[in-house]
Amino acid sequence: MQAFDYKYQQLEPVKSFKRVPGPEMYVPGHRTCAGCGPALNYRLVAKAAGKDTIFIGPTGCMYVANASYLCTPYAVSWIHAQITNGGAVASGIEAAFKIAMRKGRHAGPFPNIIVMAGDGGTVDIGLQAMSAMMYRNHKVLFICYDNESYANTGVQTSPMTPYGAATTFTPPGKEIPEGKTLFPKNAPQLVIGGHPAVKYVATTTIAHPLDLMNKVRKALSQPGPTFLHMLCPCPKGWLFDEKMTREMARLAVETGMWSMYEWENGTYKYTNVPKKYKPVGEYMKHQGRFAHLKPEHIAKMQAFVDEKIKQVQRPIPVAAAVPGKQ
Amino acid sequence: MAKELPGYGTIDVPKDRVVPFGAVTPAPVCQQDLFQTSNWRIVRPVKDDEKCTRCLICYLSCPDACWVYKEEEDVMEWVNNFCKGCQICIQECPSGALTAVPELDFPDGVARLDKPF
Repeated sequence: MQAFDYKYQQLEPVKSFKRVPGPEMYVPGHRTCAGCGPALNYRLVAKAAGKDTIFIGPTGCMYVANASYLCTPYAVSWIHAQITNGGAVASGIEAAFKIAMRKGRHAGPFPNIIVMAGDGGTVDIGLQAMSAMMYRNHKVLFICYDNESYANTGVQTSPMTPYGAATTFTPPGKEIPEGKTLFPKNAPQLVIGGHPAVKYVATTTIAHPLDLMNKVRKALSQPGPTFLHMLCPCPKGWLFDEKMTREMARLAVETGMWSMYEWENGTYKYTNVPKKYKPVGEYMKHQGRFAHLKPEHIAKMQAFVDEKIKQVQRPIPVAAAVPGKQ
Repeated sequence: MAKELPGYGTIDVPKDRVVPFGAVTPAPVCQQDLFQTSNWRIVRPVKDDEKCTRCLICYLSCPDACWVYKEEEDVMEWVNNFCKGCQICIQECPSGALTAVPELDFPDGVARLDKPF
């Protein structure tokens, strides 16, 4: 049986700042904080995806702050999903479009279906729906905009919150002087390790807009499920000056707290690897959530980051089958 | 439209704010005029056209799309109605063309809008 042609969109990479697509799909006029990292991320993603796009918004900052009082900033189709079921709603929409196209009821190009989930909607509460969507091989791009906390309900700890951060659930005190004692999950490795249908996973930050847009476009051009992990600093949750939003993302890459890579069919490609990593203190000193840390805690964090950097220099061989090679 | 609320009496809902059936709201085209955020800011960025190199970094670092490049005049344009005054553009500008000026120094400085949202 010949495979049906669903007319998937093939998006060209953006070559320079001058060629960034002009139309805004996430328009100004929303209720996010001044200097919001996730809002900037959303705007760049929507710009890269273009007008034939459907956004699924599991509960999080980007749902609560954008879709309130009967006005939304979305110039494209958008639907709210519960925080648990972003992947499930996306699966349903994708399956419906496939059937509509097979029956000839939808002629145009296949829409880009994008789930914009926060870190809670991705690796904590929404993990099962995301995992099921990837297991069933739906053509959906799952984006985790990672602001490292449940920021919209008042900065509670999430599995992506780094060690030592003060949140309302992990306040530093006499008994536990470092605040959060646990180390965060590794979201991209969770996807790479457990989902054979996924062929493209990448991480990026809002401080690298062209890289971000090209990764979104590359992920949308894949025929199967894809996953992107994006670092979006949150001035309110991380307690830094709101004008430092992009600077924080840049420092995270320069100190090794965040590594930018692309994983495609089992091979890693690291980008923006600094020649010499800065100490993590450079990154932490700007943020009020780390203000209570003592030198021994920062040393523990540095040891964790050093372990991470070792993996960067030596890409992890993953035993995924490469098509066409034996 | 007058609406009856049990226990509260009647309230006046403006016509454009009535919830339609199923809560499906019209999508904005270029900007969401129902939610102007200009009264949030305490400083505003002021550009120096001599120093500006049109590198478009401010355009790609504004969360509210408040910097627009006008191709015909070759100039960056600032959107007054939505700038929240976060100063990311001032921090990121590589040529130092932007400065933060307190909002109330301007004759049209927005302290508060006429009516609440």
